[in-house]
Amino acid sequence: MAEATTAHPPVLEVRGLSVTLPKGADRKYAVEDVSFTVGRGEIVCVVGESGSGKSVTAQTVMGLIPRKDLTPVAGETLLQGEDLLKKSDAELRELRGVKMAMIFQEPMTALNPVMRVGDQIGEMLEIHTQMFAAEIRDRVIEVMKDVNLPDVEQMVDSFPHQLSGGQRQRIMIAMALALEPALLIADEPTTALDVTTQAQILELIKDIQVRHGTGVMFITHDFGVVAEVADRVVVMQQGQVVEQGTAEQVLKRPREPYTKMLIGSVPSMTPPKRKPITEGEPILAAHALEKVYGASGWFGRGRVVHAAKNVELEVRRGETLGVVGESGSGKSTVARCIVRLIDPTSGEVLIDGTNIATMSQAALRAYRHDVQVVFQDPYRSLNPRRTVGQSIVEGPMNFGLSEAEALKRAGSLMEIVGLSAAALDRFPHQFSGGQRQRICIARALAMEPKVLIADEAVSALDVSVQAQVLKLLDDVRKRFDLAMLFITHDLRVAAQICDRIMVMQKGQVVEQGLTAKVYASPAHPYTRLLLDAAPGKNAFLEQKTGN
Amino acid sequence: MAGNPGQVDFSESADTTLSSRKDVSLVAIMWRHPSVFWGGLLLAVIVVIAIVGPLFTVDPVALNPIKRLKSPSAEFWFGTDFLGRDVLARVVHGARISLVVGLAVAVIAVVLGLLIGLVSGYLRWLDAIMMRVMDGLMAIPGILLAIALISLSGATLVTVVIAIVIPEIPRVVRLVRSVVLSVREEPYVEAAIASGTRLIPILWRHILPNTIAPLIVQATYICGSAMLTEAILGFLGAGIPPEIPSWGNIMSEGRTYFQLTPWIIFYPGIALALTVLAVNTVGDGLRDTLDPRIARKM
Amino acid sequence: MLAYIFKRILATVPVMGVVALFVFLMLRLSPGDPAAVIAGDYATAEDIARIRENLGLNEPIVVQFTKWLGQLLQGDLGISIFTNLPVTTLIAQRLEPTLLLTLTTIVFTVAVAIPLGTLAAWKQGSLIDRGVMLFSVAGFSIPVFVLGYILIYVLSIQLKLLPVQGYKSPFTDGLWPFLRHITLPTITLSVIYIALIARMTRASVMEVLQEDYVRTARAKGQSEFKVLMKHAVRNAAVPIVTVIGLGIALLIGGVVVTESVYNIPGLGRLVLDAVLKRDYPIIQGLILLFSFIYILINLLIDLAYTVFDPRIRY
Repeated sequence: MAEATTAHPPVLEVRGLSVTLPKGADRKYAVEDVSFTVGRGEIVCVVGESGSGKSVTAQTVMGLIPRKDLTPVAGETLLQGEDLLKKSDAELRELRGVKMAMIFQEPMTALNPVMRVGDQIGEMLEIHTQMFAAEIRDRVIEVMKDVNLPDVEQMVDSFPHQLSGGQRQRIMIAMALALEPALLIADEPTTALDVTTQAQILELIKDIQVRHGTGVMFITHDFGVVAEVADRVVVMQQGQVVEQGTAEQVLKRPREPYTKMLIGSVPSMTPPKRKPITEGEPILAAHALEKVYGASGWFGRGRVVHAAKNVELEVRRGETLGVVGESGSGKSTVARCIVRLIDPTSGEVLIDGTNIATMSQAALRAYRHDVQVVFQDPYRSLNPRRTVGQSIVEGPMNFGLSEAEALKRAGSLMEIVGLSAAALDRFPHQFSGGQRQRICIARALAMEPKVLIADEAVSALDVSVQAQVLKLLDDVRKRFDLAMLFITHDLRVAAQICDRIMVMQKGQVVEQGLTAKVYASPAHPYTRLLLDAAPGKNAFLEQKTGN
Repeated sequence: MAGNPGQVDFSESADTTLSSRKDVSLVAIMWRHPSVFWGGLLLAVIVVIAIVGPLFTVDPVALNPIKRLKSPSAEFWFGTDFLGRDVLARVVHGARISLVVGLAVAVIAVVLGLLIGLVSGYLRWLDAIMMRVMDGLMAIPGILLAIALISLSGATLVTVVIAIVIPEIPRVVRLVRSVVLSVREEPYVEAAIASGTRLIPILWRHILPNTIAPLIVQATYICGSAMLTEAILGFLGAGIPPEIPSWGNIMSEGRTYFQLTPWIIFYPGIALALTVLAVNTVGDGLRDTLDPRIARKM
Repeated sequence: MLAYIFKRILATVPVMGVVALFVFLMLRLSPGDPAAVIAGDYATAEDIARIRENLGLNEPIVVQFTKWLGQLLQGDLGISIFTNLPVTTLIAQRLEPTLLLTLTTIVFTVAVAIPLGTLAAWKQGSLIDRGVMLFSVAGFSIPVFVLGYILIYVLSIQLKLLPVQGYKSPFTDGLWPFLRHITLPTITLSVIYIALIARMTRASVMEVLQEDYVRTARAKGQSEFKVLMKHAVRNAAVPIVTVIGLGIALLIGGVVVTESVYNIPGLGRLVLDAVLKRDYPIIQGLILLFSFIYILINLLIDLAYTVFDPRIRY
């Protein structure tokens, strides 16, 4: 493996590392016999699904894991030749920030909310150098400029909440690089960011590590990101390394079936051929739909947010309309207005020709079974205290079905979504996330709806599970001739499942059209921006056949 | 490949957390948590003494003018008071009153608070009004409010219980309301709404069960604090009529002779402290077990 | 910023209104003839009539409320039935001991409870932590007056270190006698308050120590002590200060009892005397006073949040 690096010794060398999990966990080791190296000026992506042990590996290197719970029992982690596992807490503190630094997933919570960002970067210098306050400030401004932050002179005195997510992540990177460490550990640094911001941050990390010659250990679950930044790739599963090699080797010619499966599960950016659906009246339509938050209170001038502005949409039976956009685009607001979980401020929502936008809650009940939703978070979508069966039959029984009949229907739906009818008596915690999402689909189908809304329904799932649930959604759409509204931030997912695409930005629809057409020749600049930002777009991944 | 989703391990447990689901039966809790066990044991002993104790002691109100203010002895374990009454008999009898008041206040406050909190958490127009009322009630010092209510309506066991209940209600309402407000945002509640479930079943099936654990914990704290308040009212001479031997009343009568016979205050005082301690310990243990998140809403 | 302050102040108006209405209705809606209850068992018909007149119970209830509220807004809390003096005068006479006792208690509590709670959170699971938690459970369980008598018995009667009871003013009797007399009441009154705030501090600091930004600070190589002081305590300030404010209610209840145990001639004693003499205007006046003080302190704390947390602006 070392042949990829130069004559320099590796910045980080992990050799045979094993870390035990506390008693009572579902396996003995969080990380087992893991070996890899990170060379100078090299980005090594450690990639894996949740539970693969990739984060534990990173935190073990930094010495940030609670050793009581997660104990390294074998191996060594050599930082420029020194074994970190043999260091005392005080010695590790000396190294952190100076020789190794880390950035985290959540830029929103990783910065102290009551401390000015400049001071937080400066703290790094206060701890490890003898610099005076004025020197520190100069250096802080310098590193902030280095990560391309705007108006640095003002921003240095602002608080984290005054900055955007992308700016905060830049602050984190500036902080990490303030002392020019040899190793930068980035733990899912772009996962919580919007796709356009993600592209910028990835660009920044690549640029900086080239300029500073930093070795980067980059933890991610996203093969698109891997394709974008990696020099070398380490694939982990269940605490073990299954495959490693150069990015080109692993992405183009994966040897292990697990790697092949993971890469194969990444949806392609190229939409498959679909026959446009033009027959029949739209079963779901919204006209001039608006949602305004924060209407004026006693003191007038309360901040008014136009969450959705003049939204027009139509979906026919058997058709999937994708609503894509970044956070704050209003895509979920539209979905919630259509289900009437929130009341639209104005406009119409037509279900099979009936306007339900302004209906009273009592009158609305009769239409409830027409529109059903599958939500994002599989862990919160089912009442943990009720059996799966109870959750599924609740809706049909609201509409007069007897318990026996409802249970019978629930049983057959469980089979359809790929679970067994016998599982109806079990509780949600006995199922995995993907299985729970299947149950939620069964619950929605039990209402015999005409419209199914999937609100980021596969976004919280690992990529291999995501592919399966996506396929299931497409299957039930065909089988039950449903009109589907598919809300997502993920352009890859949208490409695979949607007949038509609607792009939203700041509450407004900026573009709408057939998926293949929008992807091939986007009309609106924002759509182009989104498509360009999708990670891994131009890399090896596209040569694979999309599912 | 999509055929068997069961093969895909989705649990995040391996990465950072432990996800062994906890057994929450009472026996299991007592076994795992020594504080619940010892607190529960102490409380059980006190309850047994309160129930059967009076059968074995002398009449707590029998006067014996010859044997006034006697020190603790073989005949009078806890000594006698200024009317020659047996302090042990009075303390044992007083346990009944304390426990009854504590239990009654806890149950009534929780039931009323639950009803108001549930409705208020769900109906926004009512919520605004209810919260102002609760804020107002919380601003009035509980003991003063109780003293005023009792002095206006006459001191009986019932009025004392009511007077202690009223200032406790706002805390329960706020707790229930905060649970309702957070749970009603849960996707499973929204899914139930979207499938046409009416308000009452939503409250009953999906929201109410989430309030049970925090309410049990809250109830124990209310029980403890109610026993203290009852004793304080008695001690100040504003509680249950003086002829009833409640702990507060015994101590109130002991004040005059405190320098001479301090045990008249200390024995019921210790009994009260132990009882409240037992209740609070059980409450703390339950809180840690049932719901660590409510640890902050004491 | 100003708009925020103004809004906050305005928000206390309905709460104060609820308090006033509640106190007003308490007398009018109590079972039986309130005048007769107040007059007591041996009152003559004239006594009852006089009391009814004093409280204005003869008029329609809306008229009563308007008049009463009008007087209240002018700072008039009515006339004591027993002494025939204005309630405000009686309160002014008794204000000093109560005010000073509360102040010493708050200072003592904050000085003890916050370091104790922080230490417990930092050394979670250690002996110190267990000790603090044990103290806090015990503090919630011992009745204030029992604790008072235990302290008097041990420190004053047995060891003769401090005076048994009474109050000396620092203005007329000197600082030293004042301190000697106020020590035991302060400790007595503090215990439950310390228990509350130490516990809250521990919980808040522990929660903050789980935050991502604490992990960031550790990743910088910051020492554990500085992580605690620079990052954790500062962020835990808002919930701690909130509980200090809410605890004022607890404190006011404790004052009544403590003053009674130590024979301190403050507002607490005024209330108790009024209860024994059924002097309702005094009880009512003091409830209003204490409630408004409580609301005011919590308003000030609300405004103080802006100092602790830059996110709260308007």
